[in-house]
Amino acid sequence: MIPAAFDYKRASSAAEAISLVGQYGDEAKFLAGGHSLIPLMKLRLAQPAMLIDIGRIKDLSYIKDGGDFIAIGALTRHMDVEKSALVIKEVPLLAHAAGYVGDAQVRHRGTIGGSLAHADSASDLPATTLALGATYVAQGPKGERLIAAADFYKGFLESALNPDEMLTEIRVPKMNGAKWGFEKFNRRAQDWAIVGVAAWRSKDASGVALVNMGSTPILATSVSDALKSGASVADAAEKAAAEAEPQDDLNASSEYRVHLAKVLVRRALEKATA
Amino acid sequence: MTMTDNRQNTVIGTRQLRREDPALLTGEAKFTNDLNLPGALHLSILRSPHAHAAIVSIDTAAAKASPGVVAVYTGAELQSQWAGPMPCAWPVTPDMKNPPHFPLAASKVCYVGDGVVAVLATSESASRDALDLIEVEYKVLKAVVDVEEALSDANIIHEDLGTNKSYTWNLKIEATEGCVEEAFQKAAFKVSERYVQQRLLPMAMEPRAVAAVPQPFGGDITLYSSTQIPHILKVMAALTLGIPEQQVRVIAPSVGGGFGSKLDVYAEELLCMALARKHGLPVRWVEERSENSMATIHGRGQVQYVELAADKSGKLTAVRVRIKADMGAYLQLVTPGVPILGAFLYAGVYDIPHAYDFSCDGIFTTLTPTDAYRGAGRPEATYAIESAMDALARQMKIDPFELRKRNFIQKEQFPYTAFSGLTYDSGDHLQAAEKAAGLADYVGIRAQQAKQNVPGAKKRLGIGMSSYFEMCGLAPSRVLASLNYGAGGWEAATVRILPTCKVQVVTGTSPHGQGHETSWAMIASEKLGIPQEDIDVLHSDTAISPLGLDTYGSRSLPVGGVAIAGACDKVIDKARLIAAHQLECSADDLEFAGGVFSVKGSPDRAVPMAAIAFAAFTAHNLPDGLEPNLEAQYTYDPPNFSWPFGTHMCVLEVDTETGQIEILKYVAVDDCGVQINPLIVEGQVHGGVIQGLAQALFEEAVYDTDGNLKTTTLAEYLVPAASDVPSITTAHTVTPSPTNQLGVKGIGEAGTIGAASTVINAVVDALSGIGVTSMPMPASPQTVWRAIQSAAKK
Repeated sequence: MIPAAFDYKRASSAAEAISLVGQYGDEAKFLAGGHSLIPLMKLRLAQPAMLIDIGRIKDLSYIKDGGDFIAIGALTRHMDVEKSALVIKEVPLLAHAAGYVGDAQVRHRGTIGGSLAHADSASDLPATTLALGATYVAQGPKGERLIAAADFYKGFLESALNPDEMLTEIRVPKMNGAKWGFEKFNRRAQDWAIVGVAAWRSKDASGVALVNMGSTPILATSVSDALKSGASVADAAEKAAAEAEPQDDLNASSEYRVHLAKVLVRRALEKATA
Repeated sequence: MTMTDNRQNTVIGTRQLRREDPALLTGEAKFTNDLNLPGALHLSILRSPHAHAAIVSIDTAAAKASPGVVAVYTGAELQSQWAGPMPCAWPVTPDMKNPPHFPLAASKVCYVGDGVVAVLATSESASRDALDLIEVEYKVLKAVVDVEEALSDANIIHEDLGTNKSYTWNLKIEATEGCVEEAFQKAAFKVSERYVQQRLLPMAMEPRAVAAVPQPFGGDITLYSSTQIPHILKVMAALTLGIPEQQVRVIAPSVGGGFGSKLDVYAEELLCMALARKHGLPVRWVEERSENSMATIHGRGQVQYVELAADKSGKLTAVRVRIKADMGAYLQLVTPGVPILGAFLYAGVYDIPHAYDFSCDGIFTTLTPTDAYRGAGRPEATYAIESAMDALARQMKIDPFELRKRNFIQKEQFPYTAFSGLTYDSGDHLQAAEKAAGLADYVGIRAQQAKQNVPGAKKRLGIGMSSYFEMCGLAPSRVLASLNYGAGGWEAATVRILPTCKVQVVTGTSPHGQGHETSWAMIASEKLGIPQEDIDVLHSDTAISPLGLDTYGSRSLPVGGVAIAGACDKVIDKARLIAAHQLECSADDLEFAGGVFSVKGSPDRAVPMAAIAFAAFTAHNLPDGLEPNLEAQYTYDPPNFSWPFGTHMCVLEVDTETGQIEILKYVAVDDCGVQINPLIVEGQVHGGVIQGLAQALFEEAVYDTDGNLKTTTLAEYLVPAASDVPSITTAHTVTPSPTNQLGVKGIGEAGTIGAASTVINAVVDALSGIGVTSMPMPASPQTVWRAIQSAAKK
């Protein structure tokens, strides 16, 4: 549990962080809440030569009403998302999912931007924001760009962010009263989901995304298409794994994951339809 | 609590917070790695990445040149440091095969985690960094992972032994020759079951840590270690290193859990001592969590074949057991004896004739060595008999509780001499089982089950039970001799009343979470009539407590606690002589109560212990020939094991779509005789139950076919947290032990012994209506789902 040697710089603004990462290039990693990176470093699975600590950039921790969407600063802690009256009112699915990240200690330290940028398909928030059709704001040396959640996840722990870019804001469309369901299936409360489902449904639309059903979070478009063409929840849920490429691991074979995805999508949609 | 005990205790039996806890909860307690040792060198160990390989060459040049590195040693370079191989204290048979095992492997590695190179550096990070610079060339050999395949000897691990089998140990008890076989031929009902006790990682919250501090002159050395056994370690380390025993002092500072994993003599302890002596500086080592998964012993690891024969009423007529026990790569301190500790319990709490046939093969594999883990052999045995009893009940189509009632040893039969010759000192199994059934609403659950478990039910209800005996309180020395164990089973205590009537209780037990300081002070307070706050308990330092056999096997109270009571008696006897001298009466005319001696019938002729303590110290006016001071040592060798017992019940639901299990109720009725501190008893039961439940549902050390451990961190190795386990309803019956003056029995392992079979029996009970008749451990959702799927296909 002793990480390899590294250097450390603390950035006081997004601009400074981006300038530092430009300076150190591939050797550098952003450190936000540290709940993904530090364990990897302790196991020496990650050995960045430079840590750029962005955790104290105060002006990246906020939750604002952006009109059609809720804007969440990338360094907002999970606990703040979970407890925010605004998020609970406008994007209750996200507030609920934030309450399932890790355990209470993790939720007090870990940040929404850190979780999304880490791009772990087993995490709850990438799939949840994907289901909700969120847009991520990335800041780089040439300024800001917007990346749709659907375009963000490129592979295992791999995102559309360039090495010199930093995630600064998450824009989540308001749910406007759409009903929702969230299912997290695991063996211990604090674990990553073996399979998870975030789903919402309004009169004429729906969004369903899967946790840990492939190398990226999976948008289950076949389910939404089936619902749109009038299929029952049970029939639509049968298509849960159509877009997924689930892996085998110690907790579940791919076959069992596919089965779980169908059951859990059905349960989530039943809640979103009730 | 139904107290059937008629002792007039005032301190014993009260529910008290533990005096240990403020320091532990505020972080004030000092663990081995908290010691401040200026100038200490840090040890890191390069471990084998292969399960089985010959060491071809080792290049340490780059590591030696690394900043902060003081020295780098291979196994071959340290070979001269050892007077002998690492100890195995339990050669269970005269012909047991035991491969030489040294702190570092010299020519070949036999498991992933086997130590290969030791690095000493001026800081922990420097020694850790240097590991990455060492080049070892291996010739990889075939891993031997499956314990039953290992027996074929297709790949022999220790060539010099010529076989992978360490030993075969038999216990065949027949009233007449051939009666076991005859019973099976005549049986109206027979079950033949195979159970796998998966390997478990003990996962003490504090990993192991060691610091060896040499004295500059004279060769003395102090070893600090996160150990359960400072006394045994002292002897074994002295022998292995060839140091005169009186020059070795072992101290166990605060120890963050052991569960048997720190009941061992480990390579790192010996390495730190040898290198501290060689360099003349303190040498320290602390284990990483993933290192702990590989380099600290594992628990369980048995394949069990269990057969029961019964007559037409279900009364057991014979028991036959064959065990394939996974020793791992080497024999650690008591590795071979672990299954033997269970050998006597495969008939459980049942009255069986002399028709018992047990045999165990101890087998080497290329995996981490196994050794004692909470319950050591007895949870495995209890699991097997209690699961087989349920299988028998299913075959007979009778209620499993009813089957148990027909077989329980009856209350009137105690003390009961079992087929094995062991005497079960006390028990009332029916009472414990009925109490559990009442608390679990057994009858109500059965009725609800009939309604709920209809075909196609999404949630199926199950109830499981397990009745157990815990053979603990290790142990009568003569019994240990008959089992070829290398030491006795006594425990020592010293009670010293200081001039100001404050008390030091010195114990040979070595607590690591059990609350001995609280409980031992309560015992001494009860005996001496001195307030608890005036009593300190000293332990875990061989210079302060030179005699002892340490803590394991639920022995501390029924052996060590009883020794304290005995030492108190000796002190009181001496004080009585002084009191009689002062009161000018005969010692026989005095009674002692509440810390005061008084003349029988004349209560105003009295003298308090405080006055006697001071008189004993000044020695101005003592009876002729009496030594000054109030101090006595007492060593207690128990005449019998202690036999706690009880019944656990578990009510749960299985989600038949996902395989997920939800425990609705867990009831533990335990009888550990007289309870010193019921709050501590409850804590032990809670922890024990959770550890057994964890084996049933969560935990498994998973290896791949190349012998790589896949569960090296707490993300993969699923130790349940508080949010993952049910509330536990604890209750007790009190059947005092007749074999010791306190009437106490052990309670440390009972929860674990009862829990695993209780939970699995409930799972199978829930699913037996849809064709599931067995359930491997851990019953993960996927495992349960697969069992449901495969039953549906039948």
